[in-house]
Amino acid sequence: MPKPEGTVSRPGSSMAYKTGAWRTKKPVFKQVKCNDCRICVAVCPDGVIFGANKKYWADLDYCKGCGICVEECPLKDIELIVEVK
Amino acid sequence: MAKNELTIEKKEKEEILESQLAPGHKACTGCGLALAARTVMNTAGKDVIVTAATGCLEVFSTSYPQSAWKMPWIHSLFENSAAVAAGIEVALKALGREKEAKVIAQGGDGATADIGIGCLSGMFERGHNILYVCYDNEAYMNTGVQRSGLTPFEAWTSTSPSGKVSWGNPTEKKNMPAIAAAHGIPYVATASVAYLKDLEKKVKKALEIIGPKYLQIHAPCPLGWAHEPYDTIKVAKLAVQTGLIPIYEMENGVITSVRKITKKAPVEEYLKLQGRFKHLFRKPGFEEELKRIQAMADATIKKFNLM
Amino acid sequence: MKKVIEGSMAVAEAVKVCRPHVISAYPITPQTHIVENLSQFVADGDLKSQFVNVESEFGAASVILGASATGARAYSTTTSQGLLLMIEVLFNIAGLRFPVVITCANRAVSAPINIWNDQQDAMTVRDSGWIMLFAEDNQEAADMHLQAFKIGEHPEIMLPVMVNMDGFILTHAFEPIEFIDQKMADEFLPPFKPELYLTPKNPLTFGVLAEPDWYMETRYRLQKAIEASSDMIEEVADQFKKTFGRYQGGLVEKYRLEGAETVIVSMGSVVGTIKEVVDELRDKGKKVGVLKIRAFRPFPKEAIYDALKNVKNVIVIEKAISLGATGILYDEIKAALYGKPSQPKISGFIAGLGGRDIPKESIMKVIEKGEAGISDNVFVDLKENLIGGK
Repeated sequence: MPKPEGTVSRPGSSMAYKTGAWRTKKPVFKQVKCNDCRICVAVCPDGVIFGANKKYWADLDYCKGCGICVEECPLKDIELIVEVK
Repeated sequence: MAKNELTIEKKEKEEILESQLAPGHKACTGCGLALAARTVMNTAGKDVIVTAATGCLEVFSTSYPQSAWKMPWIHSLFENSAAVAAGIEVALKALGREKEAKVIAQGGDGATADIGIGCLSGMFERGHNILYVCYDNEAYMNTGVQRSGLTPFEAWTSTSPSGKVSWGNPTEKKNMPAIAAAHGIPYVATASVAYLKDLEKKVKKALEIIGPKYLQIHAPCPLGWAHEPYDTIKVAKLAVQTGLIPIYEMENGVITSVRKITKKAPVEEYLKLQGRFKHLFRKPGFEEELKRIQAMADATIKKFNLM
Repeated sequence: MKKVIEGSMAVAEAVKVCRPHVISAYPITPQTHIVENLSQFVADGDLKSQFVNVESEFGAASVILGASATGARAYSTTTSQGLLLMIEVLFNIAGLRFPVVITCANRAVSAPINIWNDQQDAMTVRDSGWIMLFAEDNQEAADMHLQAFKIGEHPEIMLPVMVNMDGFILTHAFEPIEFIDQKMADEFLPPFKPELYLTPKNPLTFGVLAEPDWYMETRYRLQKAIEASSDMIEEVADQFKKTFGRYQGGLVEKYRLEGAETVIVSMGSVVGTIKEVVDELRDKGKKVGVLKIRAFRPFPKEAIYDALKNVKNVIVIEKAISLGATGILYDEIKAALYGKPSQPKISGFIAGLGGRDIPKESIMKVIEKGEAGISDNVFVDLKENLIGGK
């Protein structure tokens, strides 16, 4: 079988592309009111929010800064700020 | 280095690696389709073989040499996701590998309701054990927001634009769930990215049923619908709360569950968040159109007994 | 065991012993008997295949694509309109390197609709990246299927193969056929074991988006793979002879080319008639021969040049035309001889379109014409009253 170039790709290899570079705004997890509801984890389209025990954050290598987590956090414990690089 | 600022440790990285749709894909910021696909795949687990139709999903996730998919996955053409899945399903049977994986076929609204409806109908009719997931973002998004059979009434699309003599798309959404149910398949359901737990339940339930299953997921597109990327879930929720997008399940042709509307929203609240409906707030005569759309929403509420 | 059976049945019996895991086809005249026979074998438990009755040829091709991707040996058959309907999938299958086999019961293309034989359908898809073989008679057609799977599934090749046989002329003709014994078939054609396929045990992504930085090389490699299959086609033909005792192979067949001044080049069943004409002319002392093109893709340029280099007149007779340009085989034969030291006169004739009979007398006339001067895309046996003639 010819080497799988051009027609076959390895699984999960997309992680080589750091979409974090797209951002203009980023989420800041204040970790003050958090109650572990994990809604932020569920609603992230890219699936890059992690954590446990009331401490969550976004993997800034990939976070595109859409702000859905900010909008959906029921306790408003996340803030969307303009990123200054 | 504060933990919530920079690259995370290996343990958390493994949590990312658990996800069946890995990050690093090129979906737009705030993409409803990416959220839906990720949720479906993480619920479905590792023992699946998945097909996809041409569209945003495969374009943003498989730009060679990268692939965001962690499971065995194949994209063939625009209109044959269901037929390719059928081939996979019978091959597993023929090779004695049925227990190895469940087969899931994916397609956008265009691939499902328009160009791919023939192959989809054949797959349903033959009774293959396949879950077909339609990601409904209401237009051919990948090629530039052109109108599809699932584009809603009076939405702007680039091939059904509003203009001096037009209010946008002149037809209502093609009733794909009803078409699916008419084939006599055991399970048909609609869902929305607004209600992810509900979506997860439906995916789990569908995968336990033998036979063809159809799941249509309403997924907002910030680019094509022209709304803020952070409003994706809000817009999806309003679509359901106005009654425009009914969420229900049908088993063997009979509606067995319906998501009741807890807080009814007037259609304006949903429409005004989206640039694709802005002509419905400006063009002379818009009040009449809004009334018509409200009437459609009310009719859906009545039809599905949503309140 | 030798029995007189219909061509379609010979093909069905040959496909049966290849043990395809998945068969999916949509009925279209004149392929219907092949599909019907196969579904009867499955219904009687004589063939353990998944037989998928699809909603269109497009569906059929897509089903065998998915099946092959999963590691199953897959087969379909179609013709004419069906072949054109699945054209998108044909290109897709070749690009994805899935070694399926499709029988094309060559038939004219619409419009106007015509269900009888010519080779326009297959010629139209020659760019798709498929290996394309043409059978002269039913035994060859049947034997070709075993070879097709073996050629395509070889790990160095991994290409889909189209076996072409003239619709009605071969599919519906009754000829004595040597049946292929299942045990010998199993020995000749081992189970399909692809290295890469869809399985959760080794998840891979097939069918990616290849941007300008990546696409071109995939096409280059596809071109090289098809070219390389020439050797494999010959090798498999030799292996077939070793196992079954008959030689059904080669890229071309040279019939009475020794000392030939005039050679007729053609493909498919008409070659049989041309051979008879050649025999009659040879009896009269004329130095004529036939070059049968058996593999059209990969196009056997070297074998053709080798066969024709000392010939004075080359006469191409074909059942297709690239409208707006020229006969296709004619064109490619000319290209094979272009720039070479020896330059025979090459004539091209278009015959038998839409199932029009090609009697021996017509072939004789064509040979006369081709020896007299160069005929460029001359349609054979046109009815003057139907083309506005007086």
